[in-house]
Amino acid sequence: MKAIHYDAIILGAGAAGLSAAIYLSRAKLKTLIINEGSIGGQMVLTHAIANYPGVLETSGRDISLIMKKQAKEFGADIESNVEITKLVLSDKEKLVEIDDDETFTADAVILATGGKPRKLGIPSESKFKGFGISYCATCDGDFYAGKDIVVVGGGNSALEEAVSLTKLVKSITIVHQFDNFQAHEYAIEQAKKNDKISFIMESEITEIIGKEDVTGIKVQNQKTNKEQIIKTDGVFIYIGYIPNTDKFKDVIKVNNRNEILTDENMKTNIDGVYAAGDVREKKFRQITTAVSDGTIAALNAIEYIQTTKK
Amino acid sequence: MLQTNLKHIQSEDEFNQIIENNENVMICCGRMGPMCIPVYDAMESLEDKYENVKFYDLDFDTPHAHIIRNHELAKRFMGLPFTFYYKNGQAVKATTSIQTKKQIKTILDEYLI
Ligand SMILES: Cc1cc2nc3c(=O)[nH]c(=O)nc-3n(C[C@H](O)[C@H](O)[C@H](O)COP(=O)(O)OP(=O)(O)OC[C@H]3O[C@@H](n4cnc5c(N)ncnc54)[C@H](O)[C@@H]3O)c2cc1C
Repeated sequence: MKAIHYDAIILGAGAAGLSAAIYLSRAKLKTLIINEGSIGGQMVLTHAIANYPGVLETSGRDISLIMKKQAKEFGADIESNVEITKLVLSDKEKLVEIDDDETFTADAVILATGGKPRKLGIPSESKFKGFGISYCATCDGDFYAGKDIVVVGGGNSALEEAVSLTKLVKSITIVHQFDNFQAHEYAIEQAKKNDKISFIMESEITEIIGKEDVTGIKVQNQKTNKEQIIKTDGVFIYIGYIPNTDKFKDVIKVNNRNEILTDENMKTNIDGVYAAGDVREKKFRQITTAVSDGTIAALNAIEYIQTTKK
Repeated sequence: MLQTNLKHIQSEDEFNQIIENNENVMICCGRMGPMCIPVYDAMESLEDKYENVKFYDLDFDTPHAHIIRNHELAKRFMGLPFTFYYKNGQAVKATTSIQTKKQIKTILDEYLI
């Protein structure tokens, strides 16, 4: 089948990718978004967004749908929930194949593939997903009413979700690998003053125990190497995000955490390839910063496309 | 009602008719939450490819969702959504929590051919 050519292809339909699509298609460039997951990316994981300027409070789903609508109305095409089966970025004409089936080419590509939740990396983790292991307190909290649970992590998500779970559960043990928390002061204070929460610091989970359902965890102290077993009915995991760069990190320059290195124009090491959003090396990962990256990447891509076409 | 583009099951009678009158049915029973939305999205994107399967959602918090909530296969489930696959009126497979499109396709290809 013949490849369909676009001026620009954006990989990822989160806040960064959708913003880039709005700018590119509004500049009348033929634009395609190819997205491997759900439209909205991490925004969809957020029930209430209260810090997006100009919007009092909204759900991540609603804001995603509006961004998608804007991109589509300006003329962008979207292929979502597909799998990228081939990707060529280093040639002048970039190529993306999806589902071993359709091929698209473009003058410029914007990598806006964001991040995915970090896993514990213990073999039994996926076996127990939905049977005692959860990544979403608001989704699954009900199932643990009156039970003893563990929350893993020490950032804002871990502490805030732990505090919200105390309304339902009997007790919470927070297991964190460092001796201090990475969360904001307010979140730490709320967790510390809650009677239902206790802490095991400088420790990592080495095993999830259970036959069919989770019954406990094995925790190892990082300093003393001493192990202890904690009885629990469930484990909620909030240990941060890792960038989605597996498909191109061999050709695109990344740092030791696999985050893409760009200049201030969002340009990567390859001509015509830009990166935007959480997938980049940067300090603050928010919807506003993703939107800003997407805008800058798109405006620079527009300039690049127009110059190379002359 | 769930805000998806899938067809919604709105009563127990409707559920019974759907699984009686269709050979292959996939039902995702959940809420509009972060673990459920990706499953609805994946189902929407599979509707055209799997013409032999009927795709539905079911609001977890409606009374008639007990058909799935209390189903034997969901007895140990602790994560939303509960996703059920029916062949000739029988539940042949069920999953708990988020599933990728790839995982869903594998189940459809194995159980609802
Ligand atoms: C629970 C939670 C709550 C948050 N709350 C807030 C908040 O209140 N306010 C705020 O400002 N920020 C918040 N954030 C952070 C914010 O959501 C992110 O910084 C922002 O959404 C990142 O957008 P992105 O477009 O860079 O990446 P993502 O949202 O990760 O989007 C990337 C998209 O690319 C897709 N993809 C992945 N790999 C590929 C590939 N190879 N090819 C094509 N597509 C691919 C993914 O499926 C996804 O759809 C929160 C994050 C989380 C997880």
